[in-house]
Amino acid sequence: MDINDIRGLLTALLLFSFVGLWIWAWSSRRKAEFEASAALPLEEDHYMTNSEQENN
Amino acid sequence: MDTTASYNDKVVRQFAIMTVIWGIVGMLVGLIIAAQLMWPALNFDLPYLTFSRLRPLHTNAVIFAFGGCALFGTSYYVVQRTCHARLAFGKLAAFTFWGWQLIIVLAAITLPLGITQSKEYAELEWPIDLLIAVVWVAYAIVFFGTIYQRRIKHIYVANWFYGAFIITVAVLHIFNNLAIPVTLTKSYQIYTGVIDAMMQWWYGHNAVGFFLTAGFLGMMYYFVPKQAGRPVYSYRLSVVHFWSLIAVYMWAGPHHLHYTSLPDWAQTLGMVFSIILLAPSWGGMINGIMTLSGAWHKLRSDPIIKFMIVGLSFYGMSTFEGPMMSIKTVNALSHYTEWTIGHVHSGALGWVGMMTIGSIYCLLPRLYNKDSMYSTKLIDFHFWTATIGVVLYAVSMWVAGIGEGLMSRAVNADGTLTYAFIEILASKYPYYGMRLLGGLVYFVGMVVMAYNVYKTVAKEKPVPVAVMDPA
Repeated sequence: MDINDIRGLLTALLLFSFVGLWIWAWSSRRKAEFEASAALPLEEDHYMTNSEQENN
Repeated sequence: MDTTASYNDKVVRQFAIMTVIWGIVGMLVGLIIAAQLMWPALNFDLPYLTFSRLRPLHTNAVIFAFGGCALFGTSYYVVQRTCHARLAFGKLAAFTFWGWQLIIVLAAITLPLGITQSKEYAELEWPIDLLIAVVWVAYAIVFFGTIYQRRIKHIYVANWFYGAFIITVAVLHIFNNLAIPVTLTKSYQIYTGVIDAMMQWWYGHNAVGFFLTAGFLGMMYYFVPKQAGRPVYSYRLSVVHFWSLIAVYMWAGPHHLHYTSLPDWAQTLGMVFSIILLAPSWGGMINGIMTLSGAWHKLRSDPIIKFMIVGLSFYGMSTFEGPMMSIKTVNALSHYTEWTIGHVHSGALGWVGMMTIGSIYCLLPRLYNKDSMYSTKLIDFHFWTATIGVVLYAVSMWVAGIGEGLMSRAVNADGTLTYAFIEILASKYPYYGMRLLGGLVYFVGMVVMAYNVYKTVAKEKPVPVAVMDPA
């Protein structure tokens, strides 16, 4: 086994991981978590009131 | 008061304000050197004001001071909001702010003095490089420390992009700047010949890929949904976008060294990976633009959204242009011409500049508990100056550059060159004027922004924002 075998295997490995990534990302099991994550930027800030600032 | 109950927004405010100030400084230096190309006498025969010394000052100021402050500030804001956690290590975060400002000031002093490593975008000499490394490691500790302390299971996609930007820039900066110091202001690179060139452009192109792209994509994935009021268009696409972008960018550097003594296979490798890059780049652009689907009417009324969408459009254009220019036969025409300058600025002024400006306009009122900026009309004015400025800049440099390339390669029947250097230079002269005008128009917009920012934040006392509950 020489360096070129390792290169070939590495290329195949990377290719399969890429396809695997697509399958993982598009799996229905990921759907709920991804939908919740996609909405994360929409959370609004809660500015503290005077009493909240004092109590904390 | 329990300081862990609120977000650390002080450091975000500091970086946000300095983004605007350094933007004006950096672009002003750009204007000066653009004017010098038209009127060389403007260096007043002073070595400190020569093009060769001011040009690196311009690039360092706009990339690392303007862009850098924007990335520090927005990443600190985003990581806190999307992790439901206060920024880790408050004092270290303050150190990154003051350290980064010190680095910028040191750059502004040493570069006009001619103290330089002569490596593009890595000009700063070794003592400043060491300081950058220290500040950057502190940045990584603060950012990843906050992610470690997150109170929400998922790590939001913007944080993946910011995180990749922070790690990669550390690796690039350290390895490209390995040098043997001989005096306080002089060092020699440990790399020689073509190895030095390859290291430099591995660094240089990944500075584009990770500093100016991945970092600003992090900004995009938070502030575009925020301003549009819509969730990310396709979250699963963003996952594939992230991994494919970071896997491919790393290999594109050799396209800066076409037809040099770099081995041919390495040049071809760089070209092929650059062309592949079109896919993740456009995947990300589409994901950003489509986030607005269902809210297209906002393009009519909200100039901040206009900044973001036009910024993304310039991202799409320059990431199409880039792969095209990396093709060897196209590069034979475009390289070493003004076309490259046009390409860089459609990315820098169009993508990086407009995404930053849009994000700052979105961010600043929130940092001061206000509903909006002082004047939306002035944001709209800024939008039009920015757009017209970029278009003038890019178009003039395309025309000048393609003309320059064609004239440079023209030969007579007997094999001699058709045009002398001075004839090629003369052909570019009117376009230098048009470029200067474009830069001036863009700059005017930045000054208007500074006024708008001043009117928004002056006399305002910030209100702490409560850290959100775990989710």
